[in-house]
Amino acid sequence: MDLLTIILKMAEGLEKTCAIFFLTLLFSIPLGMVVALLRGSKLKIVSGIARAYISVLRGTPLMLQLIAVTYGPYYLFGISVSRNKLIPVVIAFAINYAAYFAEIYRSGIESMPVGQYEAAEVLGYTKVQTFFKIILPQVIRRILPSITNEIVTLVKDTSMAFTVSYQEMFTIGKQIANSQTSFVPFIVAGVFYYVFNAIVSFVMGRVEKAMSYYKI
Amino acid sequence: MPVLSMTNIQKSFGENHVLKDISLHVDQREVVSIIGPSGSGKSTLLRCATFLETIDAGEIAYMDQKAVQTVNGKAVYAKNLKPFRKDFGLVFQNFNLFPHRTVLKNVTDAPISVLHRDPKEVKALAEELLGKMGLADRAGAYPCELSGGQQQRVSIVRALAMQPKILFFDEPTSALDPELTGEVLKVIKQLAEEHMTMVIVTHEMAFARAVSDRVIFMDGGVIVEQGRPEDVFGDTQEERTKQFLRHYER
Repeated sequence: MDLLTIILKMAEGLEKTCAIFFLTLLFSIPLGMVVALLRGSKLKIVSGIARAYISVLRGTPLMLQLIAVTYGPYYLFGISVSRNKLIPVVIAFAINYAAYFAEIYRSGIESMPVGQYEAAEVLGYTKVQTFFKIILPQVIRRILPSITNEIVTLVKDTSMAFTVSYQEMFTIGKQIANSQTSFVPFIVAGVFYYVFNAIVSFVMGRVEKAMSYYKI
Repeated sequence: MPVLSMTNIQKSFGENHVLKDISLHVDQREVVSIIGPSGSGKSTLLRCATFLETIDAGEIAYMDQKAVQTVNGKAVYAKNLKPFRKDFGLVFQNFNLFPHRTVLKNVTDAPISVLHRDPKEVKALAEELLGKMGLADRAGAYPCELSGGQQQRVSIVRALAMQPKILFFDEPTSALDPELTGEVLKVIKQLAEEHMTMVIVTHEMAFARAVSDRVIFMDGGVIVEQGRPEDVFGDTQEERTKQFLRHYER
């Protein structure tokens, strides 16, 4: 198999790689915010559940979570593994990344000076208005570098989907590598991820720049 | 009718009894300065008046409407404090402007989105106030682009744009370089001349003497002495007040 064929075959899997990537962001970014807000709840039971969620999902391997979400239903309830593995894969990625995002949001929210809340309170803003108009925009600005970090990691983590044989780019590459006893697919995969992340870094750099119109 | 009535206020932080049965009544058009050493409870008094701290016992009323009263020895707050909040404004020691918003937006947003006033009228008022404070050309700037004195003047405009009945100042010049305090004191003086009702916690004795109708000296959570500035400063009665004021004599 020549290099071009390998590249084209692996590129076919890129669509699925991108699907994991974008769908994970789409679900984990808001889910992480929900978890962060629950974790900050005054009700001990609510914040306890959120803490446990974060603790378990950060404390166990993503690979294990992928296997659990994909095959767990079969072993536990005898439900056959779904044809479309994208759903369990995205669920596993989204709940895992939400745990990390939740901690980033929390650190951002906690870094806000209390004076911002007090100024908003005296001006009569409601709690919801204060959060969305005053706190959140500043939190986003503060946590953007950490968010970029997570997104870059996510690009590379999509390769984990091979553990459940989801036909994304890396899984295909690994199959070619095995059948052709060739190392080339791994090099191709490395280049793909590198270029993908170069684009991510460029875009996030632009976003950070756009948001740094004021000093913290 | 007093704008603000605080009666028999009690406030403790744990073991620390900060306000010991303090009463403060401020009439319309009155300018009151509160002076006293650090830890005397003067800032806490303002924070209680603006609901940033809850009192343990006592009564707080704005325009004779009770926001807090004491039932069986415990302070009970009105269910909805929102109507009371629009009666007062607070200027913080360290400004607390919203850094992600322009000067104009800092000033106009609360009147529009909290009081639901007409955006055009609010903007016109904001521009007028900014002009009055010598900030007409800074409406589009971000707080980080302003000097400390300018930031504090913006925060005064932000409070004024809510058209409060009374304005509180919590050491408005303490975070400023000595060079910049003058410009802030000047605008507060200007407001005093327009008979804006104000309560000012300050360490600027000459300023307090010049602008106030009444000066209150607080120490250890009680009002030690109060009266017309010429009496408190010129004909001091209490030994503790004399002792405190001596630090400011040159």
